[in-house]
Amino acid sequence: MKPEDERARELSRRRFVSCAAGAAAAWVLTACGPRRLVEMPKEKLRGSLRELERRYAATYGTAVTVADTPPIPGVLFAYALDLSRCIGCRRCVYACVDENNQSRDPQIHWIRVLSMEKGKGIDFSDADPYYDPKEVPEEGRFYVPVACQQCKNPPCTKVCPTGATWTEPDGIVVIDYDWCIGCRYCMAACPYGARHFNWKEPSIPKGALNPGTHVLGNRPRTVGVVEKCTFCIQRTRVGRYPACVEVCPVGARKFGNLLDPASEIRYIIEQKRVLVLKEELNTVPKFFYFYAT
Amino acid sequence: MSTVRLFARFITGSLRLVLRGNASYWTWIVALVVLIVSGALAYARQVGSGLVITAMRDQVSWGFYIGNFTFLVGVAAAAVVLVVPAYVYDWKPIRQIVVYGELLAVSAIVMCLLFVLVDIGRPDRFWHLLPVVGRMNFPTSLLAWDVLVLNLYFVVNFAVVTHILYRAFSGRPYAKGFVVPLVLLSIPMAVGIHTVTAFLYNGLAARPYWNSSILAPQFLASAFCSGPAILLFVLQLLRRFTRFEIQDAAIHKIAELMAYAMFLNLFLHGAEAFKEFYSDTEHLLFTRYWYSGLGTHRTLVPYAWSAVALNVIAFALFIVPAARRNWVTLNIGCLATYAGVYIEKGMGLIIPGLTPDALGEIYEYYPSLTELRVAAGIFATGFLVFTLMLKVAVPIALGEFREDRDTSTGVLESLPLESARAPGASWRS
Repeated sequence: MKPEDERARELSRRRFVSCAAGAAAAWVLTACGPRRLVEMPKEKLRGSLRELERRYAATYGTAVTVADTPPIPGVLFAYALDLSRCIGCRRCVYACVDENNQSRDPQIHWIRVLSMEKGKGIDFSDADPYYDPKEVPEEGRFYVPVACQQCKNPPCTKVCPTGATWTEPDGIVVIDYDWCIGCRYCMAACPYGARHFNWKEPSIPKGALNPGTHVLGNRPRTVGVVEKCTFCIQRTRVGRYPACVEVCPVGARKFGNLLDPASEIRYIIEQKRVLVLKEELNTVPKFFYFYAT
Repeated sequence: MSTVRLFARFITGSLRLVLRGNASYWTWIVALVVLIVSGALAYARQVGSGLVITAMRDQVSWGFYIGNFTFLVGVAAAAVVLVVPAYVYDWKPIRQIVVYGELLAVSAIVMCLLFVLVDIGRPDRFWHLLPVVGRMNFPTSLLAWDVLVLNLYFVVNFAVVTHILYRAFSGRPYAKGFVVPLVLLSIPMAVGIHTVTAFLYNGLAARPYWNSSILAPQFLASAFCSGPAILLFVLQLLRRFTRFEIQDAAIHKIAELMAYAMFLNLFLHGAEAFKEFYSDTEHLLFTRYWYSGLGTHRTLVPYAWSAVALNVIAFALFIVPAARRNWVTLNIGCLATYAGVYIEKGMGLIIPGLTPDALGEIYEYYPSLTELRVAAGIFATGFLVFTLMLKVAVPIALGEFREDRDTSTGVLESLPLESARAPGASWRS
C-alpha cells in the first residue's frame, strides 16, 4: 500500500470518527434540549412560548397568546361549592370546556356532575353521572359537581414517574403537557376521577378556540397526554374568577384566597360547616363542599 | 486465539446455530414472526390514531397491557425458585438447568418493558423517565423504581448467563468472583422486582382493591407458581427434542415447590376474601365485581371462577406425589397453574381495581382486537428471544458448540435441535 493511500485512509477514518462523534453529540444535545418548563431558563421559556403561539395560530387560524403568568405571592387558592344551591344544570361543565379548550370530539369534561339520591347522602356507588331528565333539579335528587380537588397532599404528583405534574406555590396542581409521557399512573392514583387522558388527537373546531391561554393551563393539548382542572390558572392569576364560578346561575360556586382573612372563602370555612370528599384518604383538598341553607 | 477472534467465532457460530433447524423449528419461528408482524401493524395503527382504539377509557385507564406486564414480572422473578436451590444449596439436579431459568427471566423482562412501552400515550417521550437525560421522579414514584429495578434485573441476569455460556464455549470454567456475587444479588432482586411492582398498585389509597398489604406477598406466591409452570414445559420439550439430560428428580422437585407456592397463593386469596366479605364495607364493591358482578355487569365473573378452579386443580395435582410424578397430570397441573395465575393477575388484578371507577361509575372493560394483537406480538417476541437463546445455550451446555471444535462442519451437522436425517431425505418422510 502506498503512503498517499495510507494517509487518505487515515484522513477518511479521522473524518468518519469526528462526524460520528459530532452526530452523537448533536443527538445528545437535542435529547437533552427540551427540559421541563419549570427548569427552563426564562429567556428560553419565552422563546418556546412564542414558538407555541405561532404553531397554535397556524393550526387554529387565530392569534393565540400563551402566557406564563407566575403565582401571586401571598395567595393560596381555594374553592367552595354550595350543595344546597346546585341545580345540576351542567352550565359549568360546558363553560369549562369553552374556556379551557377541551376536546369536543371526543368530548373531555374536567367537571363531572353526579346526581345523587337525597336519602342516601354522598354515596359514589349510587351516583349517576349521565342523568338526563327534561328539567333539573329533579325531585329527591341533589347534585355534586366534581373536578380536581387541588389537594394539598396530592397522590397524583407523587406517583408521576417523570415529575411532569406538580403543585404551584398558589396551590394549583399543574401538568407540563410537553413532559407527560401518558403512562396514566396519576389517573390510577387520583381518588376523584379528575384526570383525563387524550385517547385521541383532541379536536376543537376553528373559531371555538379560546385564544387567551396559559402554558400550564388551557393551551391546546396533544394526543397521549393527561389534563385536568387548573382553577382556570389563566384567569385566576390575573385576578379573575374561574369560568365555572362566573357562569353558575345560582351562585353555588365560590372562589378566593385562603390566606386572606377577609375573603369570601374564609368566611364560608369559618361560618358554614364544610366537608371535603373522601376525607379519610388524607388528600387535604382545597375544594370544599357546604350546605348554606 | 485472540479475544476478538474468539468472540467473532462465538457470534458467527451462534448465528449459524439459529439459522439451522428442522421443519418444526422453522414452523415455530415463522408462526412467531407472523404474530410479531401482526402485533407491529396493530401497534402502528395505535400510534397513528392514539390509544382510542384500545378499550381503555378514563374510567378504566389501565387494562390488558398492564395486566400482562404484571404477570410477566412474576415470571421473571420466579427464576429465583431455581437459583436458590442451585447456587445456595448446590443441589446438582437443578444446577444444570438453572441457566434456562435465567434465560426465561431475561425473555420475560423483555416482554415486560415492551408492555410498558405500548401502554404509554407518548412512546416518543419514553426517555423522559431515564435518569440523567430525562428526569426520573425517584424515589417518590414507584413506577420510577420499577423501571430501575427491572432494567437492573435484566442486566444482572443477562450478564450471568452470557458469561457462563461464553466461558463454556471457550472451554474455561466461569469466573466465580464474577458470577457468585451477581447470582447472590439476583435473589433479593427477584423478590424486589415483584415487590416493587406490587407496591406500584398497593400504594394507591384511591383504589381499595389494591390498597391491601397482602398484595405483595400474594404477588410473590403466585409468581412462584406461574414461572416454574412455564419452565417445566420447556424442560420437557428440551428433553424430548434434544439430547439434553434432565433428571426426573429436578422436575418433581420443582413441581413440589409449586404446590407449596400455590397453597400460599390460595391461602392469601382466602384471607383477603374473608376480610372483604365479613367486614362488608363499601370497599367490597370491587371484590364483588370480580366474583359475582354488580347488577348486570358480569363480564369478568366467568374468568374469576375459572381462575379459582384452575388454581385449586393445580394445587391438588401438585400436592399428591403420585400425581406430580405422572407426566399427564403434571402437565395438566402446569397448564392449570399457568392459566389460573394468568387470569387472576392480569385481568383479575387490574380491571376490578379500576371498576367501579373513583366516582362510582361502572365501565365494563374488555380488551379490543388491537390490544389482543399487540399483546400476542409481544408474547411472540419474548418466545422468539427465548427460542433463539436456547438454540445457542443448549449446544454449549452439551459441549457441542465450543471454540476448540470445528463449528463449520461436524458439530453443526449433529446439532441437538435438529432431527438426524440421511443425506437426500425429504422432510416429508
